[in-house]
Amino acid sequence: MAILIDKNTRVMTQGITGKTGQFHTRLSRSYGNGSAGYVAGVHPKKAGQDFEGIPIFSTVAEAKEKTNANVSVIYVPPFGAAAAIWEAVVAGVELVICITEGIPVRDMVEVRQKMNDIKSKTLLLGPNCPGVITPEELKIGIMPGHIHKKGAIGVVSRSGTLTYEAVGQLTELGLGQSTAVGIGGDPVNGLKHIDILKLFNEDPKTDAVVMIGEIGGSDEEVAAEWAKENMVKPVIGFIAGVTAPPGKRMGHAGAIIAGGKGTAEEKLSVMEACNIKTTRNPAEMGKLLKSVL
Amino acid sequence: MKIHEHQAKQILREFNIPVPKGQECFAIDEAVNAAEDIGGKIWVVKAQIHAGGRGKGGGVKVANSISEVKEFASQILGMQLITHQTSADGQKVRRLLVEEGVEIEKEYYLGLVVDRASQKVCVMASSEGGMEIEKVAEETPEKIHKVLVNPEGGLSHEDSLMLAENIGIPRLALESAANVLQQLYKCYWETDATLVEINPLVLTKDDKIIALDAKMNFDDNALSRQSMVNSMRDFSEEDEAEIEASKHDLSYISLEGNIGCMVNGAGLAMATMDTIKLFGAEPANFLDVGGGATAEKVTEAFKLMLQNPRLKAILVNIFGGIMQCDVIAEGVVTAARQVELDVPLVVRMKGTNEEVGKQILANSGLPIISANNMSDAAQKVVDAIKGAA
Repeated sequence: MAILIDKNTRVMTQGITGKTGQFHTRLSRSYGNGSAGYVAGVHPKKAGQDFEGIPIFSTVAEAKEKTNANVSVIYVPPFGAAAAIWEAVVAGVELVICITEGIPVRDMVEVRQKMNDIKSKTLLLGPNCPGVITPEELKIGIMPGHIHKKGAIGVVSRSGTLTYEAVGQLTELGLGQSTAVGIGGDPVNGLKHIDILKLFNEDPKTDAVVMIGEIGGSDEEVAAEWAKENMVKPVIGFIAGVTAPPGKRMGHAGAIIAGGKGTAEEKLSVMEACNIKTTRNPAEMGKLLKSVL
Repeated sequence: MKIHEHQAKQILREFNIPVPKGQECFAIDEAVNAAEDIGGKIWVVKAQIHAGGRGKGGGVKVANSISEVKEFASQILGMQLITHQTSADGQKVRRLLVEEGVEIEKEYYLGLVVDRASQKVCVMASSEGGMEIEKVAEETPEKIHKVLVNPEGGLSHEDSLMLAENIGIPRLALESAANVLQQLYKCYWETDATLVEINPLVLTKDDKIIALDAKMNFDDNALSRQSMVNSMRDFSEEDEAEIEASKHDLSYISLEGNIGCMVNGAGLAMATMDTIKLFGAEPANFLDVGGGATAEKVTEAFKLMLQNPRLKAILVNIFGGIMQCDVIAEGVVTAARQVELDVPLVVRMKGTNEEVGKQILANSGLPIISANNMSDAAQKVVDAIKGAA
């Protein structure tokens, strides 16, 4: 067990023929059970062709029907990405992982509303995220596979390389990971910290969770309040951006302190009040997690 | 992206939202001519900078004669306007907006943003116009009325009327206020705005509804499909280093400290800044070189950091995943040679090909200080500036 994906997951790739899509499909395929897991690609004009043996279909619906893929990963360029998400949602794909960075917020507001309107059961991860990995089983996304190790620590984060930093520290301490999830740095996205915490809480193979947040919004606070009442496993946290000035977007579209809200200090204090141990030193994330086991 | 008030008002006009008659001016003569063209007896001379709080800083003046227009224009143009949103040095005023004076009966507030929790556009309205909305939200939150909009239908006439009623717009002006609200939502949505604020929206003595001030920010990710908005970009209002960075696909933000940092990934970049602070120093910048950093990109990043006269040392923190440490190491060595680096450089590398990368740094003959983890790196860079001082 793990969360979201495992060795039996069947993945289709939307945007498999682009430079990024090709590069990461190759790497993901050579990780864990990837050679069996990557079953389809989607491109409206390249149906019938293949990408290094992975068959390409013209639509998500067809790819799903022919290959039984249950997860889709999206590398489509920004202006087409929301439509790609919607296509996967309509086709009834269980989990859509959107790696694409730079999607206009308006497009995301629109697609989230449409998902709501049809009461879609599809889970959306991202956009602007590194993806998800269940170590030694399957990797879907752009994270470096080799730093991970199979184990019992769940990792959830809004950032890419900072997730790798946490994973690297855990692996160095001999603490493997059940699943590591990057939820992405955009202001309007799919799964949030709280959703991932719920999944880790129910996952028998996860013993503890590292939750990494950053400035902007209030998702970390919402997740912490939920964890206080419901989480049966220890959670430790780090928030990036204590030194970030207000009103400036720090790389990620969603990482901005607006109207005095969404500061790192505020998030850290809410997390502490909800029994989540936090550190202000990102080099100590692994050690802190070890101390609560 | 931010634009000026006069540009925001130009956009509002396109959406049939009433704004005062006005003209942007870049010189004192132009301001005088504008006031004469506009006519009337009262004019407002407003500094145009990309920051709020202009009135309190002395950037907005009411003129009762053409000679006063001239006087105020000459005072304001070229001044360093300091507000709570500018740096301590203020922002140079390069353009003015000269507008007709409006006889105000009552001031209101309108604002639109995306509400991250509901993932919808939130239209806010308040009777407390002219105040800072954050302050109203804190002290009298009941005075802010909100509607979350479903993008499929847009802001309905009913919801607009309700908002207008809730903030106490008198019956005579209700329809026009509701109309302004609906058009404002349309404007927000169609221009890919991330913030629209009308503060104040005013009811005039003759019962007209006018947007007296206007602030608009836009989604950087949508600019290439918003040509009108994109053409309004005023580079002179932006940080030179940040503009230069964006040309090289680097994400850079100037900060007040003296330790430059170059990192891959936004989250790790913020975390690196935080670690520098934790060890008792201040970061000079945020700099994310992104996922595909080449030797060229690293060199540009070094050049950017070195333009900062306060810079005392550089910390490079790379988590090599897809990006390989040896490639980064080559880039760092090339860059350090090319820019003839004369400040201490601490490099922390982790991940793919880490050992090869470290070897490249060690064999370069350059005085590069190698660090094993983020704490070690921060400690070493802080020690380095203490040693230099």
